[in-house]
Amino acid sequence: MSKKVAFLQGNEAAAQGALYAGCNFFGGYPITPSTEVAEVMSIELPKIGGKFIQMEDEIGAMAAILGAALAGSKVLTSTSGPGLSLKQELIGYGCIAEIPCVIYNVMRGGPSTGMPTGPSQSDVMCAKWGTHGDHPAICLTPASVQETYEEVIRAFNLSEKYRTPVMVMPDEIVAHMRERIVFPEPGEIEVVPRKSPTVPPEQYKPYDTSFGDVPPLASFGSGYKFHVTGLNKMQDGFPTTKAEIVQAEEERQVRKVDANVDDIVTFEEYLLDDADVVVVAYGSTSRSARYAVNVAREQGIKAGMFRIKTFWPFPDKQIKALASKVKGIVIPEMNLGMCSLELERCAQGKVPVLGIFRVDGEPINPDQILEKIKEVK
Amino acid sequence: MSRYELRFSGSGGQGLITAGIIMAKAASIYEGKQAVQSQSYGPEARGGSSKSEVIISDGPIDYPKATTVDALLAMTQEACDKYTHDLKDGGILLVDSDLVKNLPQGNFKIVSFPIINTAKTDVGREIVANIVALGAMVALTGQVSRENAEKAVLSSVPEAFIELNRKAFSIGFERALAASA
Repeated sequence: MSKKVAFLQGNEAAAQGALYAGCNFFGGYPITPSTEVAEVMSIELPKIGGKFIQMEDEIGAMAAILGAALAGSKVLTSTSGPGLSLKQELIGYGCIAEIPCVIYNVMRGGPSTGMPTGPSQSDVMCAKWGTHGDHPAICLTPASVQETYEEVIRAFNLSEKYRTPVMVMPDEIVAHMRERIVFPEPGEIEVVPRKSPTVPPEQYKPYDTSFGDVPPLASFGSGYKFHVTGLNKMQDGFPTTKAEIVQAEEERQVRKVDANVDDIVTFEEYLLDDADVVVVAYGSTSRSARYAVNVAREQGIKAGMFRIKTFWPFPDKQIKALASKVKGIVIPEMNLGMCSLELERCAQGKVPVLGIFRVDGEPINPDQILEKIKEVK
Repeated sequence: MSRYELRFSGSGGQGLITAGIIMAKAASIYEGKQAVQSQSYGPEARGGSSKSEVIISDGPIDYPKATTVDALLAMTQEACDKYTHDLKDGGILLVDSDLVKNLPQGNFKIVSFPIINTAKTDVGREIVANIVALGAMVALTGQVSRENAEKAVLSSVPEAFIELNRKAFSIGFERALAASA
């Protein structure tokens, strides 16, 4: 039997991916350019007995999904720049209380209200540093409609596996563009279930590290009672200021991601084997980069592309290896130099990092990238 | 690699993003080619300039926006002035002759007929002007067959409006052929 295909927008694909992953609760507040996710979820969730709630604002929506996740749901919210700013306090809460959830943020021009319909990639630092304090961060940056679908599923899986909020951040171009998508059959893509407690309720502790760095999470309403707080906590979930416990718990929360970078980080290498110049790109910008690299090759320039699919944790190891191989790194991005900073950190001065930074609401076109590739000597 | 670029431009509310989506759907779902549709528009619900771009290719499409346009539809004078600059030599420009009076100079073929008025008087509803325009673009560009384009139109509109849209598409297709002959 041939597979089901459709001609979908990135945002519509994101909603379909969430449903494939078993999402049964959406809390959100509409905002351009992410509203289509909420639209699809408001239509589809009631059909499968799920819940859709339009909250009073974005932080309320974040609160709603954290509560629903603790009650056993797989949860999603969608937003864009200004909404992401409002959610930050509770994203931190999700990190410290270790609540699996997926935040889908479409990057538009900013700061503040900025350019609601214009594309941008200027939220990538906010994905890691937006909420205060040390905390784990996972952020995926898809580049096509099909990949948006698949990365939303992976985001749900990572959030369950590591019991932490995960962000998916397409730029406005990927979110609003339409392409053909081929839907996987049920069971074709792995869906990771939540790790539930194996002990009876009276023995259950929500942060019991005898089960490893990612303790099982019980669902409220299933007979398990436990304490949840934004304060630093002990294994039973109650607050503590005991130095050795706080230190160990903080380190464990960050370690969940840091010790599993190879499991989380994904990327694509394009024509890198003999490359002198590497264009590092992510999201829609990688599509311009691929075009530019192909033209450069036709002109006899040994260019290649490293496409970041997982922005956080950053692919340090891979970039460090590239930096000792190539003559220069070109980074086109729709911000004033965010990924660029990470590349400079990884390159450690071994090779020049040349940026193309655009924040005028227009995409970076292949010609601009080609020109910069030619500057590498 | 074959890469064909179309741009549908006009003002917000004219249905040009929808026309672009249907063209891309015809190519990618019914014609067996690859297609990407993208758009840019202002924050206004209506008015403001609006454009929808469609890239059609036999192979994978990387850059999803237009580089040099093969075929351009301009449904307002403003859109025509703003979006003709990157029309390819030998390209096609389709305009609504009632709304676009100042035609640009260039090495491309201009086809013009009163698109909105055709929708109003010949089809009976101004609201399907975008489908009249789509029919015309399908005829002029030859990137998808008439049959596949019609399938894409009919699968994109509500049941009650199928006949209206079929008629709009067909009249647009015929008018463009006549106007370009």
